[in-house]
Amino acid sequence: MANIIEVRNLTKKFDDTAVVNDISFSVEEGGIFAFLGPNGAGKSTTIKMLTTLLRPTSGTISINGFNPVVDPDAARHSFGIVFQDPSLDEDLTALENLQLHGALYSVPKNTLAKRIAELLALVELADRKNDFIRDFSGGMKRRLEIARGLLHHPKIIFLDEPTLGLDPQTRNHLWNYVRKLNADEGITVFFTTHYMEEASQIARHIAIIDNGTIIAQGTSADLQKETGTASLEEAFLKLTGNVIRDESGSSLDRMRTHGRRWGRR
Amino acid sequence: MNNAIYVMWLREVKRFIRSKSRIVGSLGQPILFLVALGYGLGPVFQKAGQGNYLEFIAPGIIGMAIIFSAIFNGMQVIWDRQFGFLKETMVAPVSRLAIMFGRTIGGATVASAQGVLVLFIAVLAGFRVASWTGILPAVIIMLLIALLFSALGIMVASLLKDMQGFQLIMNFLIMPLFFLSGALFPLNSAPSALLLVARFDPLSYGVDALRYFLIGTSTFSLTLDVGVLLGVSALFLALGSYFFSIIEI
Ligand SMILES: Nc1ncnc2c1ncn2[C@@H]1O[C@H](COP(=O)(O)OP(=O)(O)OP(=O)(O)O)[C@@H](O)[C@H]1O
Ligand SMILES: [Mg+2]
Repeated sequence: MANIIEVRNLTKKFDDTAVVNDISFSVEEGGIFAFLGPNGAGKSTTIKMLTTLLRPTSGTISINGFNPVVDPDAARHSFGIVFQDPSLDEDLTALENLQLHGALYSVPKNTLAKRIAELLALVELADRKNDFIRDFSGGMKRRLEIARGLLHHPKIIFLDEPTLGLDPQTRNHLWNYVRKLNADEGITVFFTTHYMEEASQIARHIAIIDNGTIIAQGTSADLQKETGTASLEEAFLKLTGNVIRDESGSSLDRMRTHGRRWGRR
Repeated sequence: MNNAIYVMWLREVKRFIRSKSRIVGSLGQPILFLVALGYGLGPVFQKAGQGNYLEFIAPGIIGMAIIFSAIFNGMQVIWDRQFGFLKETMVAPVSRLAIMFGRTIGGATVASAQGVLVLFIAVLAGFRVASWTGILPAVIIMLLIALLFSALGIMVASLLKDMQGFQLIMNFLIMPLFFLSGALFPLNSAPSALLLVARFDPLSYGVDALRYFLIGTSTFSLTLDVGVLLGVSALFLALGSYFFSIIEI
């Protein structure tokens, strides 16, 4: 099958430090791809380059045949994304956030109303749809972001730690829904997570990135065989070592620091 | 594309209408200026043979309300970046030009609404409009001023990563633009150096056009006023959408 994502020798430097260092990988159309790695490995930075939010220092990317640097508009038509960091408009209601997304992604009116109802039920927020986001708990915001990310059906969906902060029920609902989208509509799924069981169960192909470099690729079984371990979690630990990573620079933490420093208006 | 412009416009308007504290808060300063300067300096102004000061500064204060509100609105981009919503609009399959344009006209709508409110308050405070037929064109001028400074606000915000630089912008951009524009003093009798500086301040032309329609006097010709407002708006829109389109997150 053809590859819908092709990444060749991709590098991103922030003031001379390579955060993503010469990585290459591909994702086949209709595949489910897990991008795993310790905190600060470069997962989100890679996703940002794939989704036109950051320009690569060097290397090439093809998203559905388009280069996000040369033709960002065409690339953006090909994907949807759930970010790791918060991205809702706190001053709008849940429903308004979804409607705004629907309008930006030109989801037809009838489909939009139907999907909003379906997804609000999925994330169990139907009764809170007219509440402002600023009154939501962290987990509720996360759930709404998931619902919003699934509102339109693009060719590729990027999920950057979608299950972060979610209760187990919602996590299950999410993965069932995503698998259904993948099976029924052939949507390619590219996700990151720190839950290894999740990755092992859902992904058909896995890449492990550490310190900006891809250190292993294959199916969960391949990785276990390669490392002589009995689970993906053990394989992951064996490949990336047991040292705890410096989390201080992770993007979520930076957001939190900013949030504290500036407070809300 | 049109849809994106509309939803971004609607977002700005909704946020404004819902924030009572913002509406009231933003009117405090213009009222203070009207009362303290209009009434306080009125007698001196009159003695100097320049006529009614309240009449003279009311258009200037309207201009002030608009420039503050418009630039401030544009700078919302920084908050949206900080609280994450900006990302949502930056990956959407619509051109960033449409997003930027929607935000700009949304901010301009809000800012000119504030201008109209200040006009209303000025009338309550004793400001007499020269002719009621001047109101509609004056509102159009308000929109033009608001458009220009909304675009400027977004342009500046696109270049800043966080609110650290905000104080700098306030003191070295917004304040000088306001104080050097002839909003508070007549340009015809100003020292030539000051007049020269004011000629480089787009707000001077905006306030001048407002005076033309509201009190029937002006320093520059209306054609020059409108020409400068349109030209500078186009320039800031072009620059603003360029800087907005290359934002990285
Ligand atoms: N804008 C930036 N400027 C400087 N350094 C950055 C920037 N964004 C990310 N980094 C650095 O790049 C590295 C990779 O960050 P990234 O967010 O991609 O990690 P990640 O793999 O997504 O980690 P996590 O699991 O914690 O989300 C980190 O060391 C981070 O500090
Ligand atoms: Mg990350």
